[in-house]
Amino acid sequence: MLEINNLHVKVEDKEILKGVSLKINAGEVHGIMGPNGSGKSTLAQVLAGRETYEVISGEVLYRGKNLLAMTPEERAREGIFLAFQYPVEIPGVSNLYFLKTALNAIRRHRGLPELDAMDFLAWVREKMKLVQMDESLLHRPVNDGFSGGEKKRNEILQMAVLEPTLAILDETDSGLDIDALKIVARGVNSLRSDERAILLITHYQRLLDYVVPDRVHVLYDGRIVKSGGRELALELEKRGYGWLEEETNVGVVR
Amino acid sequence: MSGAAVNAPEAQNIFLSNFERLAERRSGKDPSWLRAIRQSAIERFAQLGFPHARMEEWRFTSVAPITKIPFQLAEREDQTVTIDQIRPLMFGEPEGQRLVFVNGHFCPEFSQLSSIPQGMIVTGLEQALERYPDRLESHLARYADIEQQAFAALNTAFIADGAFVYIPPGVVVEAPLHLLFLSTAPGPPLVSHPRNVIIVEPNSRVSIVEDYASVNESPCFTNPVTEVVVKENASIDHYRLVRESLQAFHIATQHTHQGRDARYLSYSLALGGALVRNDIRVVLDGEGSECILNGFYLVKDRQHVDHHTRIDHVTPHSNSREFYKGILDERGRGVFNGRIVVHPGAQKISAHQENKNLLLSKQALVNTNPQLEIHADDVKCSHGATIGQLDADALFYLRTRGIDLEAARQILIYAFARDLISRIEIAPVRTEVERALGAKLPDAPAAESAPIN
Repeated sequence: MLEINNLHVKVEDKEILKGVSLKINAGEVHGIMGPNGSGKSTLAQVLAGRETYEVISGEVLYRGKNLLAMTPEERAREGIFLAFQYPVEIPGVSNLYFLKTALNAIRRHRGLPELDAMDFLAWVREKMKLVQMDESLLHRPVNDGFSGGEKKRNEILQMAVLEPTLAILDETDSGLDIDALKIVARGVNSLRSDERAILLITHYQRLLDYVVPDRVHVLYDGRIVKSGGRELALELEKRGYGWLEEETNVGVVR
Repeated sequence: MSGAAVNAPEAQNIFLSNFERLAERRSGKDPSWLRAIRQSAIERFAQLGFPHARMEEWRFTSVAPITKIPFQLAEREDQTVTIDQIRPLMFGEPEGQRLVFVNGHFCPEFSQLSSIPQGMIVTGLEQALERYPDRLESHLARYADIEQQAFAALNTAFIADGAFVYIPPGVVVEAPLHLLFLSTAPGPPLVSHPRNVIIVEPNSRVSIVEDYASVNESPCFTNPVTEVVVKENASIDHYRLVRESLQAFHIATQHTHQGRDARYLSYSLALGGALVRNDIRVVLDGEGSECILNGFYLVKDRQHVDHHTRIDHVTPHSNSREFYKGILDERGRGVFNGRIVVHPGAQKISAHQENKNLLLSKQALVNTNPQLEIHADDVKCSHGATIGQLDADALFYLRTRGIDLEAARQILIYAFARDLISRIEIAPVRTEVERALGAKLPDAPAAESAPIN
């Protein structure tokens, strides 16, 4: 599904990703963990197509296609979804209009008929149950005045509505209490299928208690320094990141 | 453009000689009080001349393009407009209440008033001067400032026709009244000076759309003055729409005088014109009076749109709210100057002003300048001005959801303007603004699915 080969990325002359390689197959859930500043969010934003990051070298193949050549909207239409670490507030645009416009843009691309207002409402109501969101949030401007938890749930709602093939969640668990975390996890688990892949970027392993990953990778100073099974997450929780330095001979800058 | 270029003194002379012709033609018709006003106005204009950039009020707006063209006074005989040209400008409501003017001259043949309440007067000013001179004497040219404002003086010198609207006491006029001013100059460049008087007597209510449009792309100069009197406990919604062509010059003066508990809503919607200047002045001269000045300017190409507003709080317990938004693209240039004057003794007033601008290109420019002059000590005043660009984070966010760049831009542009546009209560006017905004929003109509409140 996704193949990242030796990806180098810089932002404002500072190299953030220093040769990331990663392969995710359909049906798999991968977790990426790492300390602050290791490049986790950069990886997520680059995969979604953020233009402020400059790819120096390397390639990203998504279902065999050159992902880096696609615009952000093309990636979304091809099935990539990024749940933002910091969802953007858009005053003046209702959540309902936003979701419907996005879904219909993607449906058009897939050759499906667009949903009218009635059908869409039925569709989105179903998905809202999953994330236990109050319907009033549909009629509010996108993320505007939402609490932190509401914003995160709104990301999961968008994911549920758009039904992506590859979902990337950038620290969606950060700042959530345990109940909200369970709701997010349920949203993610409901998306799990043999045709889809999920990349969970997280700072803490607790999300991985609820969404059990097939593989866990440690991103450290712009490189993936260790990969393993679920037990790697537990080990990181116990031991922190310091021990990786000796084991992997990665010079730690900070 | 036909007609050789001239300089400012020559242009001024052309206006003065136009005046001789007009004064001669009107000599038998004008009441003596109007003759006196006309004469003093032309003298004042001759003294003032055209405004220039060294004047504080004209620092950012040059009228040089107007003074380079030898505009001739538009005569009624120049009228070549057909009903087919007017129909597309009727907001899709051919049955609506409407007065049509061509180059400032009232055209009854294109106008339509199906049923108006008893005692209400809606007609051309020329007719009104013949039939209701006494009613006009106490209001016409009693408000607009010809001492300081050269273009108001020029208009006053040329008072001939325009709209006269009189709402008698205690009448609620249900249907909005559309005053449609068309400019056209198929031959040499033409100037018109529409003069409008709107009087709303106590406890009455009316909605008026004062609308300036072109029927073709020709160099025209429209120099209207509108005087509005809102008496005790009366209310008016006054929409002012400028959608003339990119060959048109438009310098407008508006003066509103409010009595006790009077309410005035002004919506200035500037969508067209090469050079547009709107001087809007409101005098709150009665306790409990309230005005809301809303404005929206959409400026692109090489358009220049200037709003100068002034609100005078003369009496205590008066309120004003002002909310202007502008979207500037390409090489468009905007000016907003909002002055609020709180007179001595005008305690317990509240005045809030806000101006927000969205720049869509690197060449676009806006000058915004709030001015508060407060001569009382127990008042609530605030103002704010912002200039910004489309939010890059929001654009990216929309795109990551499958919405293409152009649609994402449209959504954000519309979102910027929508609170202002959604408050336009006359649906066809709202539609016209949305159309000008190019709000070709993807998916369902915005009104249905983009609630914000």
